[in-house]
Order: sequence, then structure tokens, then C-alpha cells
Amino acid sequence: MNTDGKTYKKYAAARAKKSPLLKNCAMAFVSGGAICAAGHGLRRLFTYAGLSDDNAGMLTSSALILIAVLLTGFGVFDSIAKHTGAGTLVPITGFANAVASSAIDSRTEGLVPGVGAKIFTVAGPVLVWGISAGAAYGIAYYLVCAAAKGGVS
Amino acid sequence: MEYLQAFLVGGALCVLAQVLIDKTKMSPGRILVIYVVAGVALGAVGLYGPLVEFAGGGATVPLTGFGYLISKGVKDAIDAEGAVGILKGGVSAAAGGITAALFFGAMASLVFKSKPKR
Repeated sequence: MNTDGKTYKKYAAARAKKSPLLKNCAMAFVSGGAICAAGHGLRRLFTYAGLSDDNAGMLTSSALILIAVLLTGFGVFDSIAKHTGAGTLVPITGFANAVASSAIDSRTEGLVPGVGAKIFTVAGPVLVWGISAGAAYGIAYYLVCAAAKGGVS
Repeated sequence: MEYLQAFLVGGALCVLAQVLIDKTKMSPGRILVIYVVAGVALGAVGLYGPLVEFAGGGATVPLTGFGYLISKGVKDAIDAEGAVGILKGGVSAAAGGITAALFFGAMASLVFKSKPKR
């Protein structure tokens, strides 16, 4: 086969898997919506069991994280995520999957340089920028409150 | 009805990310960072709270909800304790989720073997 650049590009473009936006969005909508509705139900269940709102929310996240970690461990999460795309990425399940899969995949590199360090491949950036954004907001909020009270307390 | 609201809002947040992935080729990791920071920002300007009221799990389960939790924690801690809340509030509020993800993830690495990618 003639494999000069142009021919190859054409061949590759023709063979490349199409990513139909509409279908992907529909899958993401249905799967993501379902996970959120399930999370809402869990939260209701925990509140019904007598937990405070904050604790019910925390346990809901933890339960979804545990489910996502187990599915990742059994190798099922990836086969689901292939179809659902952002539907499983955006809910807390995507964060949990990223944490668990980098931990499991780096186990052979050891517990400290492997699991300990690589577990933060995706979680690290999320925590660094999420927490930093929170602290920056805190500084601004504190200053605004102090100014409103007419001087720093 | 409240489950439908959770479904619709949660689904819409996922669709937005799917469009970003398909149109900009952004990596999933980048999307997650954008969502968390967006959650903090929307919480800070007071827009995310009403969305949580409306959609429940539809707003708290997506990663923007994690960002909102951080901003709400910072605000509540500053209201209660003053400036120290800047450093304490965010992580305190998100402590459960962070610990669950790291602990379950670390334990999973001891129990499960890495699967070859198919």
C-alpha cells in the first residue's frame, strides 16, 4: 500500500471512529441524570434515617465513591464509561474512578512511589485548585465582611 | 418530581461536559478541575446554593457540588470563627469525600489486580 502522508491521512480519517455528538450527549444526559437521581434518593434515605443534612450528603458521596471504586476494581467501570462518557465522569463517580484506577495501576511500582504518589494523578489537580479557589474566595469574603463592619476586627 | 429535577439538572451538567470533551478535546482531568473551580466560583457568588435547593442530588452529586461544598465550608467557617476559617473551612467541609476516595482507592490497590486494557 502506498503510504505517503496524504493517502495515510485520508485512510485514517475514513477509518477513524466517529464520535457522534448527539448520541454521546444523550448517553451522558441519561446516565448522568440517573446517577444524580440515585444520589438524591440515597441522600433522602440517610436523612430519613435521622442523619443531619451535611452528614447525609457526605455519606451519599462516600457511598457513590465506594460503588465506583468497586466497579473500577472489578474492571467494569471502564466498559460502562466507554458508553456513558461524561455521564459517569462528572458525578463524584468519575473522581473516584480516577483515584482508584491510578492507585490500582501503579501498585506494581510500590506502595509509596507507586500507589502513594500516583493516586493523586487526577485527584491532585482537583484538590489543589478546588481548595485554592476556596481559600482565595475566603480571603475576598473575609475582607468584604471586614469592610462592611467598618474596619478589620 | 424532585427526582425529575435532580435527573434533569444532573444530566444537563453532564451534557455540558460531554460537549466540552467532544468539541475541545480537553482531557477528562482538566474537565474535573474546571468543574470543581466552577463550583467554588458559583457558590461564592451565591448562584449554586439555589441550584442545590432546586435540584438536590442533581447539583450535589456532580463535581461542581464538591466545589460548592468547599466554598460553603469556607463561608460558614469565617462566619463562625473569623479569619482562621479561610484555612480551615474548605477542607473540613469536604473531608468525608476526600477521605473516602483516598482510603477506598488505596485499599482497592491492595485488593485488586490491574486489568490489561481491552
